[in-house]
Amino acid sequence: MPKRTPLYDTHRALGARMTEFGGWEMPVQYAGILAEHQAVRTRAGLFDLSHMGEIEVAGARALEVCQELVVTDAALARLGQAQYSVLCYPEGGIVDDVIGYRTAEDHYLFCVNAANIAKDCDWMVTHNRGRADIINRSDEYALIAVQGPQACAILQRLTALDLARVRRYWFVAGAVAGVSALVARTGYTGEDGFELFVPAQSGTAVWAACLEAGRDEGIVPVGLGARDTLRLEAGYLLYGNDIDAQTTPLEAGLQRLVKFGKEKFLGREALLWQQASGIARQLVGLKMEEPGIPRHGYGLWHEGRSVGRVTSGTQSPSLGVGIALGYVPPACAPVGTELAVEIRGRHARARVVARPFFRRQ
Amino acid sequence: MEFPKELRYSHEHEWVAVEENIATVGITDYAQEELGDVVYVELPEVGAQVTKDEAFGVVESVKAVSDIYAPVSGTVTEINVSLPDSPEAVNEDPYGDAWMIRVEMSDPGELDDLMTAAQYKKFVTEEQGEE
Repeated sequence: MPKRTPLYDTHRALGARMTEFGGWEMPVQYAGILAEHQAVRTRAGLFDLSHMGEIEVAGARALEVCQELVVTDAALARLGQAQYSVLCYPEGGIVDDVIGYRTAEDHYLFCVNAANIAKDCDWMVTHNRGRADIINRSDEYALIAVQGPQACAILQRLTALDLARVRRYWFVAGAVAGVSALVARTGYTGEDGFELFVPAQSGTAVWAACLEAGRDEGIVPVGLGARDTLRLEAGYLLYGNDIDAQTTPLEAGLQRLVKFGKEKFLGREALLWQQASGIARQLVGLKMEEPGIPRHGYGLWHEGRSVGRVTSGTQSPSLGVGIALGYVPPACAPVGTELAVEIRGRHARARVVARPFFRRQ
Repeated sequence: MEFPKELRYSHEHEWVAVEENIATVGITDYAQEELGDVVYVELPEVGAQVTKDEAFGVVESVKAVSDIYAPVSGTVTEINVSLPDSPEAVNEDPYGDAWMIRVEMSDPGELDDLMTAAQYKKFVTEEQGEE
């Protein structure tokens, strides 16, 4: 039986089509994926992300524990700052990609993927060895995102916080629609916007307030279908598709995150070795040059040889062509390299392009 | 949801309009609704042979790839050449602008296996009930 977020009844009342995702029953679309996608690119969209997990690491030794768990330098996150990172296995594969919010000097809140909540929690507790307090707060939060060029103006109507002063990847705490919230300028769409961590029981009230506040701008609820096309255009990775236990951050193009200067973190030795010996495959962005939609699992070819697979792909609503992420050997990875995507037995021409595929104006 | 009375329907959600020995084929209003936004359509070439209950083309929504099955057997005499360039027509006008192929039937008796509008309406109502 899939889990339901506090907004489940709200989604049904809005006529959402529901789907199972990561063990949760979530809205895949309301009015339609293309209309929702377009709304976020031009106006604003509202997302229920309450399926995602929140894991707290707190106590005098919280920083020490976080430094061992993540590949980034957690000390660089200042109070009120968020940091995108990954947790790695000792072998270098990725346990999960996360955003860590430093909510106090000795207190981090990690937002983790829905399907990985239990796995991450076990992993963090195992490697904590009793030093910090690690608590799974996932059921206590509803997570609501407001994304799009009008997001800031809409949300500002609901709060006395000065949102213009919240920079990208920073957050503030305060009341939104009368509900205490963590208001983070983060997102997964390639647009400006905010993510609101609010008490689970207040999720429906905050959701309704956001819809009402954005009525004139044409805010719409957005399901997981458009969330996927938006994030792919923006070049963001999806755990379970583009990254997993078998891929390392160096292969996935996340080498900028890995701080080898840190003395000790899980995966350090394996990643150091891989950095020295060279990666065998590398994540690339692809754009189709012939009709056809690349999809997860489709084969990639270069000069008649099979060289890899698509990990995520779609027809880009903004660009009107097929776009994809996939892994290929480094020799095939330079921007401009011609590849072919095997679509139902046919080889359709594609080219390696720089990411993001789409950048907001 | 529309179920035009003059059409015949397959269990795979294709519709057929018959004029003498020529069957015009498309996918139903219910099918496009289930698919969501259609962004890609792949049709066979004129002269291709199609076989009842076998795939003759592909329709892709943002989320999924679906085969289109031939409701009758025969030879493709015409395809809707504008459809691959305007796949959204499948959502907007499934029984009109989004017709897909015309088939010269090799066995018009196969039409007897198709459903009437009333039968098809009952069929999709039951299918929806199972969701």
